[in-house]
Amino acid sequence: MNIKNDLNVARNKAYLGERLTLKDALLLYENNDLLFLAECARKQKERKSGNKVFYLINRHINLTNICSSNCPLCAFQCKIGDNQSYTLEFDDINKILSEVKNVKGLSEIHIVSALHPEKNFDYYIDTVKLIKKTLPDIDIRAFTPVEIVNFSIQSSKSIEEVLKILIDAGVNSLLGGGAEIFSERVRKIICPKKATAEEWLNVMKTAHHLGLKTNASVMYGHIETIEERIEHLIKLRDLQDETGGFQAFLMFPFHPDNTELGKKYNLKRVSAWEDLKMIALSRLILDNFDHIKAFWVMLTMPIAQLALAFGVDDLDGTVGEEKIIHAAGSKEFKGITRNILNKIIKESGYIPVECDSFYNQKRENQ
Amino acid sequence: MFGTFTEIERKVLNDERLTREDGIKLFSCNDLSWLGAMADYVRKKKCGDIVYYNVNCHVNLTNICTSLCKFCAFGREESTKGSYAMNVEQVISVVEDAMKDPNMSGLHVVSGLHPQWSFEHYLNFIDILHKKFPSLYIKGFTGVEITHFAKISGKSVKNILIELKNVGLQAIAGGGAEILSDRVRNLLCPKKATADEWLEVARIAHSIGLKTNASMLYGHIETLEERVNHLIKLRDLQDITGGFQTFICFPFLPKNTALEKDIKQTSMWDDLRTIAISRLMLDNFKNIKAYWVMLTVPVAQVALNFGANDIDGTIHKENILHEAGATSPKSLKEDEIIKIIRDIGRIPAACDCNFNILRIIDKV
Repeated sequence: MNIKNDLNVARNKAYLGERLTLKDALLLYENNDLLFLAECARKQKERKSGNKVFYLINRHINLTNICSSNCPLCAFQCKIGDNQSYTLEFDDINKILSEVKNVKGLSEIHIVSALHPEKNFDYYIDTVKLIKKTLPDIDIRAFTPVEIVNFSIQSSKSIEEVLKILIDAGVNSLLGGGAEIFSERVRKIICPKKATAEEWLNVMKTAHHLGLKTNASVMYGHIETIEERIEHLIKLRDLQDETGGFQAFLMFPFHPDNTELGKKYNLKRVSAWEDLKMIALSRLILDNFDHIKAFWVMLTMPIAQLALAFGVDDLDGTVGEEKIIHAAGSKEFKGITRNILNKIIKESGYIPVECDSFYNQKRENQ
Repeated sequence: MFGTFTEIERKVLNDERLTREDGIKLFSCNDLSWLGAMADYVRKKKCGDIVYYNVNCHVNLTNICTSLCKFCAFGREESTKGSYAMNVEQVISVVEDAMKDPNMSGLHVVSGLHPQWSFEHYLNFIDILHKKFPSLYIKGFTGVEITHFAKISGKSVKNILIELKNVGLQAIAGGGAEILSDRVRNLLCPKKATADEWLEVARIAHSIGLKTNASMLYGHIETLEERVNHLIKLRDLQDITGGFQTFICFPFLPKNTALEKDIKQTSMWDDLRTIAISRLMLDNFKNIKAYWVMLTVPVAQVALNFGANDIDGTIHKENILHEAGATSPKSLKEDEIIKIIRDIGRIPAACDCNFNILRIIDKV
């Protein structure tokens, strides 16, 4: 079979929503037919979620930016004693919670932080307990597998034990971050000290077996190859086949500003065109994921809106105060209102649905 | 699946002309990728994979303007802070600075309607620039400026255009069309050329062999029907003269204008569908421009897949839209433009103001 035939086979599978192989996906990537991918991804989105687009009212809390991981890809990390370093103590958290209490329709607290060398697992457990006690009806989506692995090392407990303790404390689901690119070649350069690909996937597998839902992600647009991007997606798809525990997939385009990695390799932010192409391709490859989320803080809101035409069915949330990506030069507002999200979704012709962490509908805004 | 969209799709695939009703129907379409795919199909069939760009320099002789249109953040009265009017030496120094780029190929000259300047004063700038920089093409003046020159000089539009052509003007800029609806013009820009006057300048320019561009400023107080009517007026004239070279969509940027409080900037969703629909409606225009200054660079690149085959130029230093809060850079390097085009698998071609190709940037 020649290449043209192979491409036609891949295009046909994409159009019908059939499973794509690594080779299919590479051919579709190289084919560069942006609007064909968009059309197929839109069809796939509508097979999964009809004409609904989900979002939730949430608040991000980043407990600390002091991190022992020192990933070259990150602009958020600080060392103890740095001018910009901070760590929220329970008083600070109480203060945030007393503000957050008044947010109408709040569904979720989203906690992601750094690997603080002097904060032990108890600090995180107590934080979760404090939030749960103050806001018993609010879902807590917290910690990436990278943090979970760190807790396990710090406390000498198994991953399963760590997860069970967190579930008991009140964690309702895990985040999808920290996956970066699974390729060991790439991880050695962009994040050598943190959880390996295998560890990341193992945390997710364990969480899913305990009934804890999680998200998944990729960080692209740095030093990875296209093949490594697609292999990453296929690894996620394989695990999802096994457990079914992933809810949404998020694309993180790498923001190079203020990062060591960006400086060393002279990296520029990939284009919006590339973002949209990868979103559509991800929607097609991840045929067993219900939701593809456009994280507007990273993509910018205009591009996140365009992503609704490229297979996205989830615009994340109102966010509140995001610090990690803003440290890497994101210029997006730190929060957004329900009304703006509704308007943005309606313009795309879809129906905005305000939901909780588990896509249970709270409100439909026709 | 699309109801009457199926019929529109059939027409597009068969090269049939879309009606006004089809145009209005397209503005009700939420399927952005379908609109884009249709426009991309037409673009590919008509223009292939070449994307045009200019290595150019914008020259804005003055921002002092009698028109004071409500959508403009650039024009002002002479007594207002920040007003300026360049003299010949200043203009030459701007162009000399731009000429440091060995690939610099042309000028885009657009300015305010200065209350004290005569037509001869404007004409003199072109005369001197052409003599001093004979290697540069000069595109300049919109239909609004030409109409103004005729009024202040008592000369006919035709004579104005002939005089400008004789001193070296090679093409007329596409601005000033705004929305070709007198309802909208009376509300936003009552002091300047009417819709008919703007179209008349284009018609006469074409008749003496001077090519022009066309444009549409949308996203303010116009209705979607008025957008479609605008496109059809341009298409009708193009049927007669064939003298329009490229069409430029200008999304209205409200910052620092009189409309700032009432109007929010269009979404990129609206920008992309408007470009795509323009490509579909303007079946007799060869080129559709994605003007990166207004669209921003990332969206202009995406727009190249929504019907556009022209990304404007390096500009050297953009003034008019940055007064209105444009967040894009004031200029681009040629390398950056080439990369934008190449990254999506298309072929960059540097051209002059009449779309003559100067250099095709082949694959490395």
